Amino acid sequence: MIRAALLAIAAAVHAAPTVAQEAVATFGPGDAGTSLVLRTTTDIDVFGPTVAAFLATRPDLSVRFEQWGSNDLHALTAADCAAGQRGADIVISSGVHQMVDLVNERCAADWRSAATAALPPDLRWRDEIWGISREPAVIVYNRRLVPADEVPRTRFDILDLLRPATSVYAGRVATYDIEASGLGFLFAYADSQEASTFGALMEAFARSGAVATCCSAEIIRGVAEGDYLIAYNVLGSYAALEAAENPDLGIVLPGDYTLVLSRAAILPGPEPARDAAGAFLDFLLSPEGQREMALMQLRMDEEEEDGTVPFRSIPLSPVLLVAMDRAHESRFIARWRAAFGAPEP
Amino acid sequence: MAERAPLSLTARLAFGITGLLIVGGLVLALAAFGYGRAAARETYDRLLVGAASDIAASVGVENGRVVVDIPVSAFELLALAPDDRIAYQVRGVDGEVLTGHAELPAPPEGADFYDADFRGEPARFLRVTRRFAERSVSGNVEVIVGQTLQARRDLAFDITSKALYGLAVGGFAMLALAVFVVRSALRPLDRLARRIAARDPQDLTPLETAAPREVAPLVGSVNTFMARLERQFDTTRNLISDSAHQLRTPVAALRAQADLALTETDPARRDGLVERIHRRSVSLGRLLDQMLSHALVVHRTGSARREALDLRDIALDIVEAGDHLVIAPGTEVRLEIGEDPVTVMADALSLREAAKNLLSNALSHGHPPIAVGTGIEGGERLLWVRDAGDGPPEGVADAIGDRFLRSAASSGQTSGLGLSISKSVAEAYGGRLRLEHAAGGFRAVLALPAPEGTGP
Repeated sequence: MIRAALLAIAAAVHAAPTVAQEAVATFGPGDAGTSLVLRTTTDIDVFGPTVAAFLATRPDLSVRFEQWGSNDLHALTAADCAAGQRGADIVISSGVHQMVDLVNERCAADWRSAATAALPPDLRWRDEIWGISREPAVIVYNRRLVPADEVPRTRFDILDLLRPATSVYAGRVATYDIEASGLGFLFAYADSQEASTFGALMEAFARSGAVATCCSAEIIRGVAEGDYLIAYNVLGSYAALEAAENPDLGIVLPGDYTLVLSRAAILPGPEPARDAAGAFLDFLLSPEGQREMALMQLRMDEEEEDGTVPFRSIPLSPVLLVAMDRAHESRFIARWRAAFGAPEP
Repeated sequence: MAERAPLSLTARLAFGITGLLIVGGLVLALAAFGYGRAAARETYDRLLVGAASDIAASVGVENGRVVVDIPVSAFELLALAPDDRIAYQVRGVDGEVLTGHAELPAPPEGADFYDADFRGEPARFLRVTRRFAERSVSGNVEVIVGQTLQARRDLAFDITSKALYGLAVGGFAMLALAVFVVRSALRPLDRLARRIAARDPQDLTPLETAAPREVAPLVGSVNTFMARLERQFDTTRNLISDSAHQLRTPVAALRAQADLALTETDPARRDGLVERIHRRSVSLGRLLDQMLSHALVVHRTGSARREALDLRDIALDIVEAGDHLVIAPGTEVRLEIGEDPVTVMADALSLREAAKNLLSNALSHGHPPIAVGTGIEGGERLLWVRDAGDGPPEGVADAIGDRFLRSAASSGQTSGLGLSISKSVAEAYGGRLRLEHAAGGFRAVLALPAPEGTGP
């Protein structure tokens, strides 16, 4: 009877939209007693060292690291939740509105510890979701191709650059494709809530033929190689990592306001989380874990927050459910499509 | 079984107040819990109303279709309950889900607010209906907003616990105050006890303590008791001094005659002396009887319980006792009593003693015929003894107030003492001794007041 039920569930899971993870890696000894499954939108190269640092403190554990796109990760976790099974022990996504939605749908377990209690209220909700990183949304430009006096310091500067009919920036400004990237959608949504500039920006993007594409790495590479001159709303952590190796990349924290994202971690539930998963979460929030993440630019330097740039954090709260609203999303995407034209086949 | 010491007043009060607090506390706790729940429900229901109205207001018609632009403010309002999940749904005129959760528990008919589960957790829902009557769209658009109950529970618990906390503090304050009040209220008693303890044993003067009204009766009783005690002391003292006084003369006389008899050689004169010694001894014996009777009567009037007595019974008793046959053989004593009872409040023994004295006086000094009777005269109840003589000589009647009837005692005449006893008894019961010349002789009357509550 139970076996039959389990088979039925397994069949249901297989029937779920078949999406493949982008990359997989295993950390820790192969014969470890306990193995955790980590699913995240963060690149293995970026987050791997932090996982390794955690495992150094817990030799009894190994971690299977699965890297996913944010939309796929959300769909997969929701499907696991609906099927009543635990596919991963910990899920970390930059699409925090999707994670908030999972919590609201009772798909996350709670975890309380000194480390989670120390988080500010904006970075946790219901003790089921926690903000573990601190990354700005930045403007990236090509130092070689963009003259120093034309480097955009604010969104208004981008508007000005795109205004001339014969602007050299026409068609060479890139941003996330919000349909393909959960993070891109979140940034665009946050922008739309933050200022009316966003409407003007969309209009300018539409007029100048800006490029919408997927994935931070792709966009940054495009800027580095000169395909794009400017990329808007790029995740600062990736940009900083790339810029450290490629002197052609310039990074600007928009001076009118800079969005700050905290990647959200959840422990998929609703069954109680495994202790090892909670320990991993506590490690991420601990000073050691934060130091490891700072090495990979996942945490903005505190000294950057000197007050010259207004930072706008995206709080982990049920208000983000508006970003997940069907009607809202379809209207938003409709506007987006109107600006960028039909998605390329 | 040993009688247990009664509980202290403080303990009684403490028990009483503790009981009151427990019962009151339970009632108040229930009331506070009920109030807390109601207050929390009302508070967070308002959030639901605000959010649902916000969403309903954002519903519009565009190009012949109902469109919803979920306002952020609605969710910001709901997020004021910081840890609660949010459920919402907007249904179009045909009942189709326009946005929000596809699956939500159906609202019951006619209810705006309702309770149902959301994702396995109890939640509170509100349905708001917005009517459209456009050319293209006509009907009701329903907005359902729901929220789990965590914040409500927290608020209800908060209100309840604060109320109970206040109650506990108030209760302890009440208890402490009660103990303090009892202690301070009983302090006058302590002071009284200390003052009595510190007194000289001979000091029976009234206590002069400024006592609270509640303690005043106790002080009054103590003072009354001490006054009675002092009277008893006085009586005893007087008795002793009277007795010494009254016995000294006859004993001295006896001794002198005995001395004479010892030295008398003439047998005839010695016999005369012995005869006189015998008479004196008999007289002394009678005097002692009288004095004992007096002491007894005086003691009893101060201490014996008073009871309702019929004076006719007393009269009958002393006539039937037949003492007159010893004192004056052959003398007839008549009984003159009526049909109706003659009731007084007194001690039977004392009265009998007083009446017996009057009778023996009449037998000794009066002339027959002698009568004993009762009667009612105005407000007084009478017990009298009458003889046909002229009564005692002038002066005796006036002197019976004195206890020192030396002349009577020394001469062996004891009528004065007998009258004195009768007078004491009469006065002890609020009456008097009347000596009066009546038709056909002399009458000695014990006149006692009518018992309270009866007519004259």
